[in-house]
Amino acid sequence: MTTGYHIVVCGTLVPDPLQTLEPVQSPAGPALKNEAMLPSVLDPWAGHALYEAAHLAKSNQGSKVWLVSLGPKAKLQQLMMTIAQKAPFELVVVDGSASGFTDSYEIAKALAGAIEKIQGLDRSRLLLFGGCASASRDASVIMQMIGERLGIHDQFLGVDELKAETDGSLKIAERVEGGKYQMSVCAGPPAVLAWATGNLPEPPNNPQIGMANMRNMMPAIQKAQPAGLAASTIQYAGVEVPKQQRQTRIVKDIPAEEIAKDILNWLKG
Amino acid sequence: MDTTKQQKVAKETKEVKVTSEKKPVLSMLPNDDVRQIMWRFQDRYDLQMVVQSTRSVARGIVARLVAEGARNTHEWNDKKQQFLTALDEAGVTAVFMDPEEGGFMAGPKNLALALVAYELSWVDAGAATCSLAGNLALAPIHEKGTPEQKMTYMKNCVPPQPGEKRKVWRGAFALTEPLPYVGVDTGVVSGKMRIAEWKEGKEPILQVDKRGRFITNMGFANFVTAVVDSDDEKIKGSCMVILEDGDPGIFDKGSPTLKLVHQLSSTHDPVLSLKVPANRIIGGYTIKDGVIIPNYNHSEVIEAVFRRTRVTVALMSSSKLLSAIEPVIRYQRQRFRGGTAGQPGSPRYDLGLQMKEDSLHRLIDVWATGEASASLGFAAARLFDFYDSIERAKDKSFSEQGIKGPRAQMKALKQPQAEALEYLELSKKPDKGKDKARFEKLGNDTLVQFLINDSLANVLCPACKLWNTGYGATMMREAVSLMGGYGITEDCPGFLGQKWMDIQLEATYEGPEAVQRRQLSLTMTNEIFLAQFRQWIHQMREIANEKPGTGACTLASAMELWLWSLEHLQNAKDADGKSVFQSQRQGALFPFTDALCWLLASRYQILDTLELEKKGPENPVLAEALPGFVQFFTDLCHVQAARTAGEVAKICAELVYGYNRHPSWDGARECCFQGDEVDSLEGIMPGMAESGRGKSDVIEKDGSHPKKAGPCVHFHGMETFIKLRAKLDGCLSGCRLAKDRAAEALTEVMIPEALDYPV
Repeated sequence: MTTGYHIVVCGTLVPDPLQTLEPVQSPAGPALKNEAMLPSVLDPWAGHALYEAAHLAKSNQGSKVWLVSLGPKAKLQQLMMTIAQKAPFELVVVDGSASGFTDSYEIAKALAGAIEKIQGLDRSRLLLFGGCASASRDASVIMQMIGERLGIHDQFLGVDELKAETDGSLKIAERVEGGKYQMSVCAGPPAVLAWATGNLPEPPNNPQIGMANMRNMMPAIQKAQPAGLAASTIQYAGVEVPKQQRQTRIVKDIPAEEIAKDILNWLKG
Repeated sequence: MDTTKQQKVAKETKEVKVTSEKKPVLSMLPNDDVRQIMWRFQDRYDLQMVVQSTRSVARGIVARLVAEGARNTHEWNDKKQQFLTALDEAGVTAVFMDPEEGGFMAGPKNLALALVAYELSWVDAGAATCSLAGNLALAPIHEKGTPEQKMTYMKNCVPPQPGEKRKVWRGAFALTEPLPYVGVDTGVVSGKMRIAEWKEGKEPILQVDKRGRFITNMGFANFVTAVVDSDDEKIKGSCMVILEDGDPGIFDKGSPTLKLVHQLSSTHDPVLSLKVPANRIIGGYTIKDGVIIPNYNHSEVIEAVFRRTRVTVALMSSSKLLSAIEPVIRYQRQRFRGGTAGQPGSPRYDLGLQMKEDSLHRLIDVWATGEASASLGFAAARLFDFYDSIERAKDKSFSEQGIKGPRAQMKALKQPQAEALEYLELSKKPDKGKDKARFEKLGNDTLVQFLINDSLANVLCPACKLWNTGYGATMMREAVSLMGGYGITEDCPGFLGQKWMDIQLEATYEGPEAVQRRQLSLTMTNEIFLAQFRQWIHQMREIANEKPGTGACTLASAMELWLWSLEHLQNAKDADGKSVFQSQRQGALFPFTDALCWLLASRYQILDTLELEKKGPENPVLAEALPGFVQFFTDLCHVQAARTAGEVAKICAELVYGYNRHPSWDGARECCFQGDEVDSLEGIMPGMAESGRGKSDVIEKDGSHPKKAGPCVHFHGMETFIKLRAKLDGCLSGCRLAKDRAAEALTEVMIPEALDYPV
């Protein structure tokens, strides 16, 4: 592969999981208490996708990475102060709600529309990355729907590893039941890869990269287009945080084995 | 009902309506959006990124090290080395450098370094010290070094980029020496240099001998910027010199200092005896009549360095106080959970210790102090960013005119002083009556602007170092006490016990409190500073007019009292006829400098709150929560202004009255009524004999008098002081209501589920 990949990563912000996430009813439907003010992080699965994309681009000359984010632009700006330092990429912002209560179909439509408008994107070299799940809206269907809208039918879900072979094909490891992987070989781009955790660590911050990224990101954030999400037809009968999962315990000096036992006991009830 | 009655009822109704009005509520703890506005970096994404980078290291590896007990050894080890590497990788080490040296930020970096110190100290100040000490080693080179020195050392201290194979250099700054030499009195230096070899046409070789004490970063430093004095008639005066571990001779790191604090930083007592070329003298040298004359003596270099780096130290203490808020609130709320007494949903379960007013009020005091000290510190950091360019322009101008050395510069700055005062005077006037051309001319005059900003920098720097660390230490103890026994354990959430200990060092290094008070005692009487101070009083009154709840009026009254006291004390004599305000009379000068610090901190806190109110609406993230933040911070300002007023009034009263001797009964006949005088008036004014004795000091025929120390003091000449003080007392109205409101907000504010760093 001499020309490199055009990798588009779909991902946005979610509230920092350490915050108090208390569902409330707002005029626009369910929301989180003080949602606008809650500190955010990049959705962990999208984060894995972004770091895998950055690594792939770095090792394949001529590649380029875009991060397409649907979220409130002011909050995305704050998030970029961290994410922009991780890897070189170009940001495309779609201004809209990143709450977990929006319709996946509408989100997929808005994201696909934004991707179609990216200048200079070579669809024949396109690898569409994203998370296989999300910390805020875990319907796990958005990536597939974007792929369908863009006419990409080679889709891989729960990906943990991608190897670009010398013949241009892609070797992909997808998670299946029982801790096993399904290995697939795809002829090459275009393809959709919805990542699980991947296997690369989060890169350390690099302010030089951040400074370079931010020069383009600030204008991108300023000129973000509204997502234009249609009013949801979904009716929420009730919304609540799973109480048991929110019981935070702070422990010290416990070996991994003990932690595993603890979790197992918790799962058994 | 008659009109007057109707008006009265209407007025009462209005009053009732006002007092029962629901105030906006503080929804969450202040986030980055709030801080960026308050501390004025909402438009600086480079700084915002630095904050995030530093935070990731602080709340990641640094917190883990502290939690794992890495502070429990004085030795520098591989474990501690991890966070240095993390700082390198995160770009924090390179913040100090300019882009041409391998850094990523152009321009002055005082605010950037202040933010780095703030973020690291949020978890551990030793880590912050480690980071800052590297910059401190480079600072002499950065401020006064030759272009070659700058390029060599700054570049080598930038961590290698991915793919680059070289070792990063790390430096230590060696000023302090074994007692009884350098410490507070930096004018005396025992480190020596002499000429070891000087061949015709070659660079002279110096023999440098320096023993250091409490030298930070020494455990891993491979170069040292050391203060030394001449021990050779062929070298004139003192200087700072760069020593490398590869130089011939002894580069012994010495034994680690057995610190009780800041154990994540490396501190040793090194022994250095090395031969170095003379071009290692920082700033270079000239040769005159066969004598080496360093271009800068050590005092010139360290003055330029410390006046900036002390600000970052001040902010380390502010960070500690503000970092204590969340853990204390969580502790207070959860105090009774899990017991049998309070069930979920009960006030005891939900609020815990927050049911008690005392817990809340004391935490408000901690928070208000933290806010005020951060406001003062960041204001100083911003000022230095602004001042840097003016100072460089001044240096350039002097260099072009051939004005060299402190004395010549001082002489050259004499004439523009009047112009600086004129500029300040003009700035007060409304546009209509102002000579705009003159105002503009003075506004563009480098020396005038230098003098104005210099006078301010000379006050703000020692003030924030003194107050933030000194009073901060007192309030940190308060924060620890709010955690009960937990506060003094190693695993106290937020490491409050460690922070309490650490803050004592911050009050000491880079010049202990006495040094800061001494400097302030000289700089606070600068007429250019005082002219600005007078303007601030008007500014506070104007703010009070617009925003009565901020405590600005209280503060203005306290500032007036301080100013009157200063003018009084400058001319006052004590009971023995000695001047009260003289440089050696630290008992009078030093408390007065403390009073000034209180005033400055409170002023900047108010200004930061107003900035939030003004700029907050531009940030959509804040829109909904902004009124709650503004209300809460306004109440904190009021609380702090009242506390300030109390401190200032107390100090001023003690000094204004304290140097007058209390009258005694000996020789009191001249100043007191005589018993027979009062009795003789009884015939004219019945009851005089009794009431006269009740209200005045009366000496009876037999010499007896009321049983007390002496006749009451008369306050001739103190009428204005009494008036100002009485006014100030009245200005405290409402401050406790503000405290109640702020305390109530603490019971409602939403906090995260858990601390975002390990314990």
